[in-house]
Amino acid sequence: MTALVIRGGHLIDPAAGVDGPKDILLKDGRVAEIAAPGKLKAANGAEVLDGTGLTVAPGLIDIHVHLREPGQTHKETIATGTAAAAAGGFTAVAAMPNTTPPNDSPETTRWMQAPERGAVVRVFPIAAATRGMKGEALNDYAALKSAGAVAVTDDGRPILKDNVMREVLSAAARVGMSVIQHAEDTRLTQGASMNLGPMSFKLGLRGMPTEAESSIVERDIRLITELRDPRAHLHVAHTSTAAALAAVRQARRSGLRVTCEVAPHHFLLTEEHVGLYDTNTKMNPPLRSAADRDAMIEAILDGVVDAIATDHAPHAVHEKEVEFENAPNGITGLETALGLSLRWLHKEWKLPLGRVLSLLSAQPAALLGMKGRGTLAVGSFADVVVFDPNAEWTYRAREGKSKSHNSPFDGWTMQGKVRWTISEGRIAYTSSAQ
Amino acid sequence: MSPTATPARRQLPLPPVAASPFPYNPCSLLSTQDLTLDALSDVLARATALENQDPLERARILAKRRIALLFYESSTRTRTSFELAAKSLGADTTLVSSLSSSIEKGESLKDTGLTLRALGAEAIILRHNSSGAAWLLERETRLPVLNAGDGMHEHPTQALLDLRTILAHLRPGVEAVSAETLAGVTVTIVGDILHSRVARSNMLLLPRLGARVVLCGPPALLPELAAAAGPGIAIERDFEAALRQSQVVMMLRIQAERLAGMQLDLEEYKTAYQLTGQRLATFAPGAIVLHPGPIIRGLELTAGVADGPQSVILEQVRNGVAIRMAVVERAMLAGASKGGRA
Repeated sequence: MTALVIRGGHLIDPAAGVDGPKDILLKDGRVAEIAAPGKLKAANGAEVLDGTGLTVAPGLIDIHVHLREPGQTHKETIATGTAAAAAGGFTAVAAMPNTTPPNDSPETTRWMQAPERGAVVRVFPIAAATRGMKGEALNDYAALKSAGAVAVTDDGRPILKDNVMREVLSAAARVGMSVIQHAEDTRLTQGASMNLGPMSFKLGLRGMPTEAESSIVERDIRLITELRDPRAHLHVAHTSTAAALAAVRQARRSGLRVTCEVAPHHFLLTEEHVGLYDTNTKMNPPLRSAADRDAMIEAILDGVVDAIATDHAPHAVHEKEVEFENAPNGITGLETALGLSLRWLHKEWKLPLGRVLSLLSAQPAALLGMKGRGTLAVGSFADVVVFDPNAEWTYRAREGKSKSHNSPFDGWTMQGKVRWTISEGRIAYTSSAQ
Repeated sequence: MSPTATPARRQLPLPPVAASPFPYNPCSLLSTQDLTLDALSDVLARATALENQDPLERARILAKRRIALLFYESSTRTRTSFELAAKSLGADTTLVSSLSSSIEKGESLKDTGLTLRALGAEAIILRHNSSGAAWLLERETRLPVLNAGDGMHEHPTQALLDLRTILAHLRPGVEAVSAETLAGVTVTIVGDILHSRVARSNMLLLPRLGARVVLCGPPALLPELAAAAGPGIAIERDFEAALRQSQVVMMLRIQAERLAGMQLDLEEYKTAYQLTGQRLATFAPGAIVLHPGPIIRGLELTAGVADGPQSVILEQVRNGVAIRMAVVERAMLAGASKGGRA
């Protein structure tokens, strides 16, 4: 494998405490050397990338994406989804199991990681917690783990039965896997297509109450408390309500291993952005009130949020060009997460760049135990994003690498343009414009 | 807001909400909010003028122009009156209903709309069971779309014909409306507000003319957050207290088809909210009684009230034809549209 040198860039590696001008040598898929500018010892013969004026950081990690394969390849494939990831600066993505069929077996888990899928960045499958994601019989977590699964979840079909969730938490703890819960009491959200509030009343749409999310988070925290197993890890997916965050905050104070992620759309948008039935603002959990959105921002700034995850959920154009209540949930996110985070979290809300990058790399890597990722310490995987932190650009959904274009951020100004994404030493993405 | 929230956070710059691109076609009528008060006055004036015009002369206004009626839900009043209105102006109409068309085979609303446009439809009148359907159809076809009821959302021509009925009784002769036209008037809307597009269109329209709208019903059918839908809206759970304040009482049907599993004790409902002759005589002897239909005699109101001297229910039906002539004409004659968005 060719060696790569990135010269003249500004290296930010929050996990290693590095923030300064450094040259970096990547060799055999690993970080081989880091040195002051011009001081690399073993760079002879390496391909050189000019990092002048650019930021060099650990490749971004998204622990919540839907790659739609197997079975829904008209929306996305592992090849197109990872191409979108690379374009967005991501070098690893954790893929949700709600495929067709659901990924509930070691075979599917291995199939998703096979070279034939054409992934350009690393894919970590998240397996179904129960057989067929039906919320009843548990899968074999040890087998799934050895096949490469990094966590279990029934994602869009939350586990409502207390006894099943208790067993899932316990079985996952025994093999050291995380349990990810899409917290939604679906008994409270039947037929609902947006947040319950003045907007849903005005639009004549059935609404999802915030309690549908927070009650499940509270229930899960109660179950993990009762379990008394220090290995147990509950991760709350796409947190959208102030009440759920408050529960996570409290659980953390009690010393429980309860973590949470927030998606860019939940810290940027509110139910007002639904406008007049824009189906590109329909997702689950839905866009919430301004107070909930403010709580997301607050929790990111004060450190309660463990990761930014996109919930990248591609859908074909014709699937979204329908009546709002008939449209599928979800929006794409891989190609906008960095640009939105830098624009809003860093530039507007003054979160230090290192912390923004940590929420997008080191912290999510630690959450799901992705060893050797989320940092550029010598010996780590050569997963790198190189971006121009000052470049402003306009996102055009149709020009993206994802097979789908269902984004509410079409036409938005982004901050920070990815120049190269390097996955395990190979260049996975190069921006076309110099 | 979480308990640790600090006021400083609220001063953070936030992404704006983009201005609505609707209506794409200025001749559309998706919501009463699409009409300025001037445009509204024009519609009311044209309704009267067209109603009084010689039928043969009137039939030349839209002679041989093509209008499609696209109905995904059953309807008696709205469909018939739109059809009569369009035909009175001389237009050719064609009715497509979900039960006798390719909609049954799975054709989408977008494709149905594009097909009607390709067949020469110059405007589409849409009744649909999904909220927002008229906006989708307008965006995809860019034709003038007249919203004849979308799910639980809006029914703008019903609100316009209700307004015409109210004006005829409370402000006879007034057609040019202003923000004070209905000052001092309280309109009480009673019953299944949650599922009612008629209630939503009226509660957004009438306060713009100065009326006070009082919503009345049990919490299951009238959530507290309804009062936040717009200015000039209040909730009064006590039917008799609401009646006492009202010059106009608008009764609504319980929409069994939209209850979605909700359990409602009808006997209890009738005890609290049925409009009986005695209640009307005792608490609102001078009020007019409206109902968008279909009425269920013996449920939301008694037969005696429906047929009684305070009922203007059949006048509403007649006003429906006049109002729909005016909005169909507005949709088809670009020059006739003044104003635009409110």
